[in-house]
Amino acid sequence: MPKSPKSAVLSTGIGVGLAVGLYGISFGALSAAAGLSLAQTQVLSLLMFSGGSQFAVAGVIAASGPAGIVPAILSAWLLGIRNGFYALRLNGVLGVTGVLKVVASQLTIDESNAVSAAQDNTEDSKRGFWITGISVFVFWNLFTFVGAYLGSKAGSPNTWGLDAAAAAAFLGLVWPRLKGLQSNFIAVTAAVFTLLLVPVLPSGIPVIVGAPVAVGLVYILKRTRIGARLKEADHA
Amino acid sequence: MPSYWIAVLVGSIAVFSWKILGYLVPARIANHKEVVILAGKLTVALLAALTAVESLVSGHGVVLDSRIPAILVAAVLFWRKAPFVVAVALAAATAALLRHFLGWA
Repeated sequence: MPKSPKSAVLSTGIGVGLAVGLYGISFGALSAAAGLSLAQTQVLSLLMFSGGSQFAVAGVIAASGPAGIVPAILSAWLLGIRNGFYALRLNGVLGVTGVLKVVASQLTIDESNAVSAAQDNTEDSKRGFWITGISVFVFWNLFTFVGAYLGSKAGSPNTWGLDAAAAAAFLGLVWPRLKGLQSNFIAVTAAVFTLLLVPVLPSGIPVIVGAPVAVGLVYILKRTRIGARLKEADHA
Repeated sequence: MPSYWIAVLVGSIAVFSWKILGYLVPARIANHKEVVILAGKLTVALLAALTAVESLVSGHGVVLDSRIPAILVAAVLFWRKAPFVVAVALAAATAALLRHFLGWA
């Protein structure tokens, strides 16, 4: 028997929640290894609730310690911008007011917006958002707890390769976004600029300077002949 | 480490500020295409910069150690569309094994 659209949205939402929630293990383990307490790690998943930003906090603090607090906040904040754009879209779809607006805000992330945007009518768009948002929230927090518990028992993070795991996690987050010449160019430029800044700037700062400079460079290049080629090769 | 609470709480408020802001901006100003594209570019740039730092930087310099083979393993796995958790775990295992058996940094 074919699935009704209603149950298709439900199973997609829960499936996405479970799959994404599993990353929570890596986040929890890295955060605990970075020196954040179990409580701090869990509060990040409850309150910040945005994977990229949370990995940034754990990664920057792991590398820089207490000197990384300000860069960690700035990196998390900059990575959170895209949620604002999902919120703009979802505000038109969900039609929420009052407390529900605050709840919807908290659940506004890559996955809830993506499932909502994939539906072909408003009812399913709303349902897709709520089911996916709640399901990711529940599983992400559950698996964060598991990961943080395991991470806190693991001893020295580098012995277990958790520093390499952090690098791989960021690669995994950027990978699906590398589609086309322009995004590849931005990624490579941002990485190179950031590495060049490492010896001269305080720990954690190179990322938040290097990345925006790389994006700025693309806008400058677009006005030149090389930029015209970048533009042709990539409509994203 | 009580000082990390500042990063946790201020960071959470900072991230939430974008989310709530999106619900408060009037719809007709909201859907400006250029701005949406800019947010996408900035996300790619930040994640790439973080990848570079996490795989190559130690202290104040670029260091080549076990993280390099580990990140290459992860890259192959992501390319072959392996699940996120699997790729991350095998990257960690690569670095851990190189350190344990070959004494790499």
